[in-house]
Amino acid sequence: MKNLNVLKHEMVPEHTIMSDEEVHELLARYGIELKQLPKVLVTDPACKEISARKDNVIKIKRRSLTADEAISYRLVIDTKMG
Amino acid sequence: MSSPKRIGKIKFGLLSPKEYRKMSVTKVITADTYDDDGFPIEMGLMDPRLGVIDPGLRCKTCAQRAGECPGHFGHIELAAPVIHVGFAKIIRKILRATCRRCGHLLLDEIQKHEFLLKMHELKDKNYSTDEIVKNVIKEARKSTTCPYCAEQQKEIKYEKPTRYVEDSHKLMPADIRDRFERIPDGDIELLGLDATNVRPEWMILTVLPVPPVTTRPSITLENGQRSEDDLTHKLVDIIRINQRFQENREAGAPQLIIEDLWELLQYHVTTFLDNEVSGVPPARHRSGRPLKTLSQRLKGKDGRFRGSLSGKRVNFSARTVISPDPNLSVNEVGVPETIAREMTVPIIVTPRNVGELKEYIERGPLNHPGANYIKRLDGRRVKITEKSGAEIAETLENGWVVERQLKDGDIVLFNRQPSLHRMSIMAHRVKVMPFKTFRLNPAVCPPYNADFDGDEMNLHVPQTEEARAEARILMQVEENILSPRFGGPIIGGIHDHISGLFLLTQKGTKFTKNEVYELLKKCDVEKPLPEPAVVEGGVSYYSGKQVFSQILPERLNLTLKAKKCVMHGVCLKTDCEIDAYVKIDAGNLICGIIDEKSIGAFSGAILDGIIREYTDTGFQEASRFLDNATKLAIRSIMTFGFSFGIDDEDVSPQAQLEIEEIIEKAEERVGALINAYEVGELESMPGRTLNETLEMKIMQELGRARDKAGEIAGKNLGFAGELALDNSAVVMAVSGARGSMLNLTQMAGSVGQQSVRGERIRRGYYDRTLPHFRKGDLGADARGFVRSSYKKGLTPTEFFFHAIGGREGLVDTAVRTSQSGYLQRRLINALQDLEVEYDGTVRAGDKVVQFVYGEDGIDPTKSDYGKSVNVHRIAQSVIEKRENG
Repeated sequence: MKNLNVLKHEMVPEHTIMSDEEVHELLARYGIELKQLPKVLVTDPACKEISARKDNVIKIKRRSLTADEAISYRLVIDTKMG
Repeated sequence: MSSPKRIGKIKFGLLSPKEYRKMSVTKVITADTYDDDGFPIEMGLMDPRLGVIDPGLRCKTCAQRAGECPGHFGHIELAAPVIHVGFAKIIRKILRATCRRCGHLLLDEIQKHEFLLKMHELKDKNYSTDEIVKNVIKEARKSTTCPYCAEQQKEIKYEKPTRYVEDSHKLMPADIRDRFERIPDGDIELLGLDATNVRPEWMILTVLPVPPVTTRPSITLENGQRSEDDLTHKLVDIIRINQRFQENREAGAPQLIIEDLWELLQYHVTTFLDNEVSGVPPARHRSGRPLKTLSQRLKGKDGRFRGSLSGKRVNFSARTVISPDPNLSVNEVGVPETIAREMTVPIIVTPRNVGELKEYIERGPLNHPGANYIKRLDGRRVKITEKSGAEIAETLENGWVVERQLKDGDIVLFNRQPSLHRMSIMAHRVKVMPFKTFRLNPAVCPPYNADFDGDEMNLHVPQTEEARAEARILMQVEENILSPRFGGPIIGGIHDHISGLFLLTQKGTKFTKNEVYELLKKCDVEKPLPEPAVVEGGVSYYSGKQVFSQILPERLNLTLKAKKCVMHGVCLKTDCEIDAYVKIDAGNLICGIIDEKSIGAFSGAILDGIIREYTDTGFQEASRFLDNATKLAIRSIMTFGFSFGIDDEDVSPQAQLEIEEIIEKAEERVGALINAYEVGELESMPGRTLNETLEMKIMQELGRARDKAGEIAGKNLGFAGELALDNSAVVMAVSGARGSMLNLTQMAGSVGQQSVRGERIRRGYYDRTLPHFRKGDLGADARGFVRSSYKKGLTPTEFFFHAIGGREGLVDTAVRTSQSGYLQRRLINALQDLEVEYDGTVRAGDKVVQFVYGEDGIDPTKSDYGKSVNVHRIAQSVIEKRENG
């Protein structure tokens, strides 16, 4: 099972790193700061796969039972504590 | 009322013996409480300096009266140090991580520095340092010699709850305290303690604080005897042993006795702090009841936190037994006059209402819509009596508050425990009634999960205008017809409502004009009577469907399949042979029979339809319909007559024989299966053992037999085909009012296989369930198959198996309720701070949890059974519009 790309698994939703402008727009849209976003660890397999760095914001497109597609955003952090 | 105080800071730490002594107003040395004259003994447990509890006396310390004096701590000088159980685990950790000689943390300077740096980083960010402390202890335990004094370290064993053993040599609390004293201040932070407020040796008690008498008040019994609080009892024990210990030591008693007494002292101090420590027998009261000591006061459901601080008790509430009244609106609640006289609503006097309020006051507290109290501008409350009423009414001024008795139309909250969902508390309008029970429309039973077998419910009277407005707008019953759980009606007809309307709307009913008026007498009907369905011999007759149509709102259009629809082939729609296609056109029931699917709780399509059709007044229309439906249903079932007796389960002898035969044959087949199994001819099913295969096949066979027996019984009772509407059991089962085909089967056919954990019953005696059977008998009757019906009666062995199966059900329910209760508590604790903001996001505090509520932003209450749009409904309405031109 070498070189498994988790993103290709059918249960793993699409992950993309957002550009600075996009992040800016997102924060403005909800009137929030970066730290108010849900978080994800850099060590998360999906994060590793897209080589996300600390302080990146990840956009996650999920298939949803209630609304065909649901978009969520997560801030990448390096440890559970900080 | 005292003004609210703001807490600026909370500091956690340990108190030093020095501080205990400084706080203390007296040393306690005598175990006695009162002398023979009933006066508290100085330096005893009830020393007057510890505070006052007797009214009239003043505190010797602060000179305040009982109630004002908060009480003052005293202290006991312990003859020898003892371990504080609450810190037993931390003491173990520290013992293992520090040097036995010099007290240093068993890490070298570099390691310490590294850990400290990491710790500070986390502390700056306000994160927990628990993880680091864990690592510190783990690393320190690894060193076998002290890096500072080179002392060889020894393994320390911990024996619950307060014994520490080093090298098979018990460590006395005094030794531990000595070691802890040697720990340098610099190492304390690394052990996870706050160096500014904690010294580890303070975890071993040398001084015991004595709580003030106000925390352990004694009660005077009727016979004048004093009964002391549990804490006082425990303190008496501690002082006694402490004294004995001291005396023995001074007298130079042998080491063995000293150690015994030390352990006894440890036991008493331990149970004083916590009487539920594992490994310690709880200290008991003379009566055998375990004492409620400090920890027990705080812990658990009735403890200080969950019971006294989070849990509030209220005034303006009432509780009594409930009973049904179909003549009440669903929005109303019948309140006994005795309760209404007791409960009040505060009304501020204004020029507009003086007149009205004066009348209440004049009537006094005894004549029902009266008043109990007035509150004047200076805040004085004056009780209104029969005599003072007229006088007070005279002097009434604007701005005063009149506490008026509850009267018709007042908004109150009504509740039944367990309050599992928001519909467990709804607002009703008061209807004052005679007798002693709360009355409610039986259609609101489902959301409360109430019945009338002795259930009690609570009632609360909101005391402010804001509270009443909120209750009316958000909590009134009609606002809660749709459940946020699945977006359908949760309120609706039950039992007799369904049976009644079912009988009314069946085919071929006819009523004269008078009979129709009789039925609709109590209903609020605006429609004129339509053309009669039949005219026979000059008399006009109206059909039951026409009568029912009278209470349907005019704009209602609806089609649905009734519960008895059998879905054979292509739906014949309006020509349905069994009248199972319900069509309502412009508020007229064209065809179809009304049953659970139309008006039942959880499924009622008519209620759902009304709310969706009347977008602005839907809830009012719906509750009006419900009120009318309950009244009509009850009157209709009364005109038809409805009762259920043992002969409703009578099956013809012919059918009886057929059932016998079916079961006989099934048992034969079971016998054949067992035979095949025993001679080894039974093929095992894939993935199953031979045993499992046999069991499954037998279960299947017997299950089929019961179903067939039920079918025959059902047919004989008129359940299938042409319905026997004179059989109440059939009416109830078919309409969905109560009971099912299975219940009918068990009553009239065969009760069937009894099971424990889904298997046939097999435990009991060695190799058999009961001594009535041969060992190893695998037959149907030996393993819990009940061939009799409830009507016929069970044989003794069948009865026993039935009891086994029944018991499992009871146990299951008991376990399930407690488990789901705890699950719900945890879920609510986790979710209580979530909030849906105006931008559609779900947030907990300032953190975003969901960007769009539920991912689709749909309020499930307003959804169509969970779906955001019902395309079918929209299409239907468009098609109908086009068909109608």
